[in-house]
Amino acid sequence: MTPSLLEARNVRKHFPVTKGLILGGNVGWVRAVDDVSFRIDAGETLGLVGESGCGKSTTARLVLLLEQPSDGQILYEGVNLKEMSGDDLRRYRGTVQAVFQDPQSSLNPRMRVGGIVGEPLEVNGGFPRGEVRERVAEVLHNVNLDPAFATLYPHEFSGGQRQRIALARALVTHSRLIVLDEPVASLDASIRSQIINLLKDLQDEHGLSYLLITHDLAVSRHLSHRVAVMYLGRIVEEGTADTLYAEPLHPYTKALIAAALPVRAGTPDDTVVAGEVPNPMNPPSGCRFHPRCPLAMARCAEEEPVLQEVAPERRVACHLF
Amino acid sequence: MDTLANAPRAPLLEVKDLRTYFFTRWGTGKAVDGVSFSLGESESLGLLGESGCGKSMTSLSILRLVPRPAGRIVGGQVLFRGRDLLRLSEEEMRQVRGRQIAMILQDPLSTLNPVFTIGDQVAEPLRVHRIVPRSGVRERVAKLLSLVRIPAPESRLKDYPHQFSGGMRQRVVGATAISAGPKVLIADEPTTSLDVTIQAQYLRLLKEIQRESNLSILYITHDLGTLARICDRVAVMYAGKIVEQLTVEALFERPAHPYTEALLQSVPRMDRKVHRFPSIEGSPPLVHALPPGCAFAPRCPRAQDICRREFPPVTKLDDGHSVACWLHAKDPHDSVPAGSQERP
Ligand SMILES: Nc1ncnc2c1ncn2[C@@H]1O[C@H](COP(=O)(O)OP(=O)(O)OP(=O)(O)O)[C@@H](O)[C@H]1O
Ligand SMILES: Nc1ncnc2c1ncn2[C@@H]1O[C@H](COP(=O)(O)OP(=O)(O)O)[C@@H](O)[C@H]1O
Ligand code: SF4
Ligand code: SF4
Ligand SMILES: [Mg+2]
Ligand SMILES: [Mg+2]
Repeated sequence: MTPSLLEARNVRKHFPVTKGLILGGNVGWVRAVDDVSFRIDAGETLGLVGESGCGKSTTARLVLLLEQPSDGQILYEGVNLKEMSGDDLRRYRGTVQAVFQDPQSSLNPRMRVGGIVGEPLEVNGGFPRGEVRERVAEVLHNVNLDPAFATLYPHEFSGGQRQRIALARALVTHSRLIVLDEPVASLDASIRSQIINLLKDLQDEHGLSYLLITHDLAVSRHLSHRVAVMYLGRIVEEGTADTLYAEPLHPYTKALIAAALPVRAGTPDDTVVAGEVPNPMNPPSGCRFHPRCPLAMARCAEEEPVLQEVAPERRVACHLF
Repeated sequence: MDTLANAPRAPLLEVKDLRTYFFTRWGTGKAVDGVSFSLGESESLGLLGESGCGKSMTSLSILRLVPRPAGRIVGGQVLFRGRDLLRLSEEEMRQVRGRQIAMILQDPLSTLNPVFTIGDQVAEPLRVHRIVPRSGVRERVAKLLSLVRIPAPESRLKDYPHQFSGGMRQRVVGATAISAGPKVLIADEPTTSLDVTIQAQYLRLLKEIQRESNLSILYITHDLGTLARICDRVAVMYAGKIVEQLTVEALFERPAHPYTEALLQSVPRMDRKVHRFPSIEGSPPLVHALPPGCAFAPRCPRAQDICRREFPPVTKLDDGHSVACWLHAKDPHDSVPAGSQERP
């Protein structure tokens, strides 16, 4: 079997929580990512969904090498990132790029668009100036921007255009995997759909893989091939986008979907899940969702359910299955 | 000019031909340009539109909080129980803000001051408007906090905002807004920074409070999903003007304006999947450089010549549904100035 483009195996990221700035006594750990496994194949989009603070962005930062895992492994084409040589790592950083939520703050305001988009090429070295300029023009064209925009500054663009610039920058190194962390959250409805269509087109044309992080389930449904639902640092359900959204199994997935569905005026809204996400420093015993779960049983407070395959391509961590 | 509104209930708040302009060195920005609507007793009206279309400026104008000196209300009326707020003295206006009409701002989490206790902040409007005697403030605040479902409120009065979660802080902001017993609550995108599950909880709470205290709500949002949960009627804004008014049911079932239609289609939905989104090409115009005629014409797939010359008249379709679009004008040529008429 050929290895996946990217695979995470039992990855953990625990942040120490310290009390007081100077003495710095460690008072505990935030288990931001806690034993998470997933794979992303070439040309595929894995959607990561869940409430704020559940560990989505930390997962993304681990993939982008902005954090090191406390435990577990991340493999690129079967090779553990930890064991990669300097050259391989540089290649990895070139082919794995990111686009974040707020195009305003992720683009350097003092650089021209051409410089911003071309920067990853210069960082990775070895490109003559003329070639950089050509490649920048090409990727600007790919994201439906006029290559003449290269001489302008980011503030001269609208939110949607700035997000296209960020995408062009992510594409410039012939990337294979782009981490999209809330890529359309700050955009208006009409602009959002333009960017979603563009993301689909770019994937089809260049065989890109996406790790798509969003709290907007509708966006996730439309762009993802497979979806992993996270809760308090754990994946609680995973499946193809079509089956998972059409027939959610985990009570948490059900609650998330119910909250996102439009409620027609006049109909009672009985789908609201109670309570909030507990403090990740001190997650509930047993199933971490049990204090909010409408179906919790006695066993749920004591025994943690494991993520197991309940159907082909479908994994769920819940005692009901 | 015809008013767009056709409110079923006695209007509590009536906005008539409101105009708020910005005077900058790039020219005049018509942020709010002839906006009319009315809000009935315990009704909730949604103001829907994309960023920059003038929703916040409309609500700030109602409370006369338009940023100065660049911004100015240049025309129209804001009638609250028949009294024009635009003609009140600043002192009289202070009695209206918070007491009669309260507002929850966009980004409410930053509305709470980190150095004051939760109890003090909720009590502030009670003190300003001397709603209850000093000795009763504490009890009233605890009651307000329990109204917004803060568990054990008595014990949380001395807590600071950072000790509350995002969802709880949101509810505290809500408690502060309603503490002086206003008749109208203006909520400007109050849930955008919250998770969907917390949004759903908050909107349900807002609905309950509305029922219990007979509040009228002006709910400002660009999000159709939250709108459906809270509003009875909707006014759709584009480039400083209201282009359509209708009930929430009609919004989802028979939108009449091409912009409303496009907005509905371009929203990704959970319950069905399409291969490509119908997307509206281009972006909303800058209010400093509005095209003549219908401002949506440059993006409208059904624009005709007349659209680029003349702003369309408001047409009543049926009860409570009105639209400003040439496609629906009863007799387009009535409103066209002589000399510019042209048969298609
Ligand atoms: N201080 C200001 N000076 C000049 N123009 C302004 C100012 N504040 C707002 N405007 C303009 O007024 C128009 C309406 O702004 P407003 O804030 O009401 O939009 P909005 O619909 O609330 O958008 P958003 O959802 O982004 O808050 C915009 O085009 C904006 O550029
Ligand atoms: N550098 C850090 N130090 C301590 N805690 C952190 C750090 N980064 C993230 N966390 C915590 O880890 C959890 C997951 O965070 P994050 O992955 O950013 O969530 P999401 O992106 O899903 O909103 C949160 O509880 C957050 O507060
Ligand atoms: S394991 Fe128990 S508490 Fe957890 S989701 Fe399943 S039923 Fe609910
Ligand atoms: S008036 Fe004309 S341009 Fe404007 S929305 Fe109607 S058809 Fe389109
Ligand atoms: Mg995040
Ligand atoms: Mg606004």
